[in-house]
Amino acid sequence: MGLSAAAPLWGPPGLLLTIALHPALSVRPAKGPAPAPRDYCVLGAGPAGLQMAYFLQRAGRDYAVFERAPRPGSFFTRYPRHSKLISINKRFTGKANAEFNLRHDWNSLLSHDPRLLFRHYSRAYFPDARDMVRYLGDFADRLGLRVLYNTTITYVTLDKDRQAWNGHYFILTDQTGQAYRCSVLLVATGLSVPNQVNFPGSEYVEGYESVSVDPEDFVGQNVLILGRGNSAFETAENILGVTNFIHMLSRSRVRLSWATHYVGDLRAINNGLLDTYQLKSLDGLLESDLTDLAIVKDHEGKFHVTLKFFLEENNTNQSADSITLPQDNSDNFAMRVAYDRVIRCLGWNFDFSIFNKSLRLNSGNPFDTKYPLIRASYESKGTRGLFILGTASHSVDYRRSAGGFIHGFRYTARAVHRLLEHRHHGAAWPSTELPVTQLTSAIVRRVNEASGLYQMFSVLADVVLLKENASAFEYLEEFPVLMLPQLETLTGRKARHGLFVVNMEYGKNFSGPDKDVFFHGRSVGYTEDAWQSNFLHPVIYYYRQLPTEQEVRFRPAHWPLPRPAAIHHILEDFLTDWTAPVGHILPLRRFLENCLDTDLRSFYAESCFLFALTRQKLPPFCQQGYLRRQGLASTQSLRQHGVESRLLRDYAAMGRHLEDSSQRPGNHGPVGVPPDPGPPAPVQSLDSNKEEL
Amino acid sequence: MSSSFSIYRVGISFVITCIFYKSTVDSLPELSPQKYFSTLQPGKASLAYFCQADSPSTSVFLEELNKAVRPLQDYGISVAKVNCIKEEMSRYCGKEKDSMKAYLFRGNILLREFPTDTLFDVNAIVAHVLFALLFNEVKYITTLEDLQNIENALKGKENIVFSYVRAIGIPEHRAVMEAAFVYGTIYQFVLTTEIALLESIGSEDIEYAHLYFFHCKLVLDLTQQCRRTLMEQPLTTLNIHLFIKTMKEPLLTEVAEDPQQVSTVHLQLGLPLIFIVSQQATYEADRRTAEWVAWRLLGKAGVLLLLRDSLEMNIPQHANVVFKRAEKGIPLEFLVLHDVESIISHVENNMHMEEIQDEDDDMEDPDSDILDIQDDEVAETVYRDRKRQLPLELTVELTEETFNVTVMASDSLVLFYAGWHAVSMAFLQSYIDVAIKLKGTSAMLLTRVNCADWSGVCAKQNVTEFPVVKMYKEGKNPVSYTGMLGTEDLLKFIQLNRISCPVIITSIQEAEEYLSGELYKDLISYSSVSVLGLFSPTMTTAKEDFTEAGNHLKGYVITGIYSEEDVLILSNNNAATLPALLLARHEEGKIESILLSTHPEITVENLPTYLRLQKPLLILFSDGSMNPQYEKAILTLAKQKYLDMFTPCWLNLKNTPVGRGILQAYFDLVPPLPVLVLVNLHSGGQVYAFPSDQAITELNLISWLKKLEAGLENPISKFSILFNTYVESQNYSVIYGLQNGCCVSRRDNINLVHLHQSSWVTRYTVNEQLYFERKFFFSINVLSSGFCCSALFIRHRQSKLSIILEGPRIFGMVNEYHWLHHVSFQL
Repeated sequence: MGLSAAAPLWGPPGLLLTIALHPALSVRPAKGPAPAPRDYCVLGAGPAGLQMAYFLQRAGRDYAVFERAPRPGSFFTRYPRHSKLISINKRFTGKANAEFNLRHDWNSLLSHDPRLLFRHYSRAYFPDARDMVRYLGDFADRLGLRVLYNTTITYVTLDKDRQAWNGHYFILTDQTGQAYRCSVLLVATGLSVPNQVNFPGSEYVEGYESVSVDPEDFVGQNVLILGRGNSAFETAENILGVTNFIHMLSRSRVRLSWATHYVGDLRAINNGLLDTYQLKSLDGLLESDLTDLAIVKDHEGKFHVTLKFFLEENNTNQSADSITLPQDNSDNFAMRVAYDRVIRCLGWNFDFSIFNKSLRLNSGNPFDTKYPLIRASYESKGTRGLFILGTASHSVDYRRSAGGFIHGFRYTARAVHRLLEHRHHGAAWPSTELPVTQLTSAIVRRVNEASGLYQMFSVLADVVLLKENASAFEYLEEFPVLMLPQLETLTGRKARHGLFVVNMEYGKNFSGPDKDVFFHGRSVGYTEDAWQSNFLHPVIYYYRQLPTEQEVRFRPAHWPLPRPAAIHHILEDFLTDWTAPVGHILPLRRFLENCLDTDLRSFYAESCFLFALTRQKLPPFCQQGYLRRQGLASTQSLRQHGVESRLLRDYAAMGRHLEDSSQRPGNHGPVGVPPDPGPPAPVQSLDSNKEEL
Repeated sequence: MSSSFSIYRVGISFVITCIFYKSTVDSLPELSPQKYFSTLQPGKASLAYFCQADSPSTSVFLEELNKAVRPLQDYGISVAKVNCIKEEMSRYCGKEKDSMKAYLFRGNILLREFPTDTLFDVNAIVAHVLFALLFNEVKYITTLEDLQNIENALKGKENIVFSYVRAIGIPEHRAVMEAAFVYGTIYQFVLTTEIALLESIGSEDIEYAHLYFFHCKLVLDLTQQCRRTLMEQPLTTLNIHLFIKTMKEPLLTEVAEDPQQVSTVHLQLGLPLIFIVSQQATYEADRRTAEWVAWRLLGKAGVLLLLRDSLEMNIPQHANVVFKRAEKGIPLEFLVLHDVESIISHVENNMHMEEIQDEDDDMEDPDSDILDIQDDEVAETVYRDRKRQLPLELTVELTEETFNVTVMASDSLVLFYAGWHAVSMAFLQSYIDVAIKLKGTSAMLLTRVNCADWSGVCAKQNVTEFPVVKMYKEGKNPVSYTGMLGTEDLLKFIQLNRISCPVIITSIQEAEEYLSGELYKDLISYSSVSVLGLFSPTMTTAKEDFTEAGNHLKGYVITGIYSEEDVLILSNNNAATLPALLLARHEEGKIESILLSTHPEITVENLPTYLRLQKPLLILFSDGSMNPQYEKAILTLAKQKYLDMFTPCWLNLKNTPVGRGILQAYFDLVPPLPVLVLVNLHSGGQVYAFPSDQAITELNLISWLKKLEAGLENPISKFSILFNTYVESQNYSVIYGLQNGCCVSRRDNINLVHLHQSSWVTRYTVNEQLYFERKFFFSINVLSSGFCCSALFIRHRQSKLSIILEGPRIFGMVNEYHWLHHVSFQL
């Protein structure tokens, strides 16, 4: 078995899959000569796995993707059960900017190939899951990603080796017993284990993963659905018209995504039941902790809801008809009807089973089994070199941002790749170095087009690292914001002279399951109210030095970042177009100027000329443009506007005025008094201000 | 009433304007320690700032001190800056630059020393100095007990002016001190900054500064409390003055004449008069009522008892109150009011209406929207021009799809810009102008890519900033344009790129034609010089280097290379040895061996080139062409190497009108032209003017330059940090931080100053007064960092010269950002 390393990696698909090896056979890695280590192993050829593969491929790295199915995206062949994706496929935005359009494309993966955009695969706003399967297949094929299909990794363990990048290799064993050694393991297996709650009678419950999707099977039935997420409502939506009624039971109140601004909460497309519930139909929502409940089956095969407590009381008698039901004590108990079916739609958990304990993927806490334990850098807390990608990495921003969904994790995969490129290949985090005169426009540009910032708001943020004397800056895109304290080691960039963080945020008190998001005055329109902006808007944080881990850990509740030295909200915009010269750009520029003690205005060459001969220190725009013989010439029309706005002076007219007055002898009055004398004696100067600081 | 109000406002602004403008004129005397101490007069107070002679000549403190010169002089206090020089050290001279302090002397006795950071602005300086001088007149207390002790001690003797200000050194404190200077001998002034004290005497709205008048002189029974009158206007010097003046007036006056004719101090102060109409029969009761009203209206209106019986004029039968407004020409109001409250509310309502109206005025104040004032000339002009249709069709707009095809198919110039980027859009106008000029004549295709739409194209072309112009020839190796962003330079670049440089010259005759400008007649106007490299055929490396340089200069100057066998003929003709570079300057029709002219005309375009020489500029400002005699003199001096240290040049105001702005900066008033100045840009920034009474001749010039060298000439002006653009921008920005919820005029520094302090006071003094004093500038900085502090301020009117923070209760109420705000201050 160990010799099979030489066997073709692209093993024939098909029947081999059905050879079910007993798991016990493969719990230990095969002994024998260790196979040559691969640099990167990716588990799972779903969207996250393929996305990572794409970046590794583009960087020319040694990698392989392991996929147990014969094609990518096997999850989507079964789920969602009713086949309708709730990720929007917005094909038209009225904009040509491809990066901007990704803000409204929730299905595409990132690539350089414009043909690999999901809008070419489906015309539906909420597309069919089969289109996703087709898309992922094309993505893998067209880009030539190295995926080992029909390879089920059944066991993952560590092999300590001081030579290895991380001090150990990951040993992956597949269903044939074939072992693979990997320096870095990227787990993109998603959440694949249906979440089950154990309570007496849970054996009567059908699961979302297997319940019938044919409405005919539910005709005239009383249905109880456990759970209140999208899968629960999706199931309800399908059978709403044929059942007698549907009751939906969950621990906590329904969370509407439009109120929480979290795409994982209940989407409006699935919320038909809410509508009928509130419009006095028979359907309804109830809240109760499932672990307190029990379900008993009566002699007719119908299900009754009771309390676990009652079962324990008369432990001896298990006959359904003799068990106390809540309605026996309280005759108006809401769930006193008998149900024909009980369906469980309680979400999914990560499959920990294939990972050896030594990987320490979970905390061991039995209540904490949904997600593996990871850092904000998506690296496992227990094992260096093990990264979790995709849906399984959603613990970082669960119920906050989009990291559990394609439109979010495509960016976190890129961030992880950038971290790896620096860690193992000495390639610093990509950045653009620009003079400080470009700072305002660099930020304006990103907040207006960047899709990663927009989708992964408050998780990934742009970082502007200032150079000495704030004369220039480096612009780093989409850095995992909570890793800020380790920025220097993670990116290979230096943050010695202060930094800005460009983040996107909703208003602090705007989102929540119980919030009215349509209240009057929910949005603000004046710059002075920008900090009260509620809808997603850019927020700029200024730090004089990198925040420490302490500061990040003990940041104020609900804050994406620790308290900065200064903060600026760019006023929310109905069109998410933050380019208004006075409403958006001007306040931003002044904020930056104040943080940096500099003047970021732009000037025409003529103004720079005047400054050059009358001032010792020129604004950066003149220094970096005019003095390098790249001044900005004005045109007649612009000059005229300048004079009208009193920002420019009409020196020629001043000359004429001078001539007029000089014709009169003895006229020593002020000549050519400027329309705007400017501040005659400014209040404070830059230098002394610095001293004070 | 309204008119008198506005009179005061005018008064205030006038006073301030005077102080302000005067202070810029009255400069701070700079003395040596010895000199300073010799000027001290017995009994006279003097504030001196000791600083090292080599310390920067400007600082915030000095600016503020300069402003304080005039107001302090008004109080008979002189101000000086004492330069500590090595020869005569004084013990007041600190060891280090930053430990410099200001000292207050009376005669030559040191009264107090002030760290400069407590004197953070002109108000603080005046307040602190007066506070120190009026040590006896103004009692500073911290507890209620202190207050009671003073009160008890003065009962039956003297009245008390008690004031609470939020911090020492703020405008309100200054106002109180100025009042104390005037009234300190008449009343006992008591000052506190303890909010608890204010609370304990039952004040509401404790965020504000308060001033009470304690009527203790009337109190005869020591167990009785002194009556208190609260001043309701904001604490300004003028308001306090008015308030105290009304306190001096008798409480109630009896009159028996036509109310129209009656005039009291109140009217002069703009306060209305209330006449309580009395009859003999009810005199006693009326008098009691009137006294009661008078107490209630103290400081708001004058109250008089009008004796109807002895009056000759007619008063309507039932009227019992006559109301007389301070404004002239407004008829008396005869009222029938049945109780004291209605009299009082009538007065207060009438004042109140006034204020409401005032507020409406303010709403329309165009300056209140400071936030919206664009101070970026490029952004503003582009914005104002946005509706003008540019003939964009003259350039081809490229997209993701068309970009590659287009640049491959034809030689193209591509402008990368962003529609929202002001500088890009300003340059787009020049770009379109180039397209207009080249229309139909050029083989070069002018194209543009809007990176706001096609970010992918721009990223692929490695465009990370805007605007960028690149030239694509046969789609390969694009050349970035690095010249000035204007029509002329870009046009030149395009034209000169028509030939591939360096041009390979193949015959002597061709070389002569090249140098004479015949060869590229049509291009000569675009290139100021033609360069010809002469190499013998064997000089391979030199040729390669030259070719590379020629490639580099392509688009900026024409270069040619000649390296035939007979190259020696050419080099000998031009008296050069191989390898040689010949430069032909076409405008002057002769071949020169230096690139820069000896006496160039300085223009906006070429100044940066001359600045690189790092020499002082000797500029003749001329209105029109230059006087030939002068030019001759300069050229002669240049030949005699007198001017090697300088860059002699001239500026034609006809071609470069902005020169007037420069002259104005140097001379304040534009002097008679021509004028010769020496501008020492690179060291010190001094400007020296050639004496206007001398003729510009060689001899005079030489002697002037010698004097300059010997340091015998005084500069007419010095480039000042005051005029630093950073500072200007800082001002505006500070407003921005503040402007959230307040109105400031951008051009009105006075208001700015006031706003600065007062707006910060509340937060600080509530907690920690010292903190405020020390970290003042820091707080400004935090404040101005674009914090959205609107909810923290209530908007206050300009005329009142203060702005008030909306108390601590706002914190934690609305949003955590308040806390951020709060915490940042305490960093």
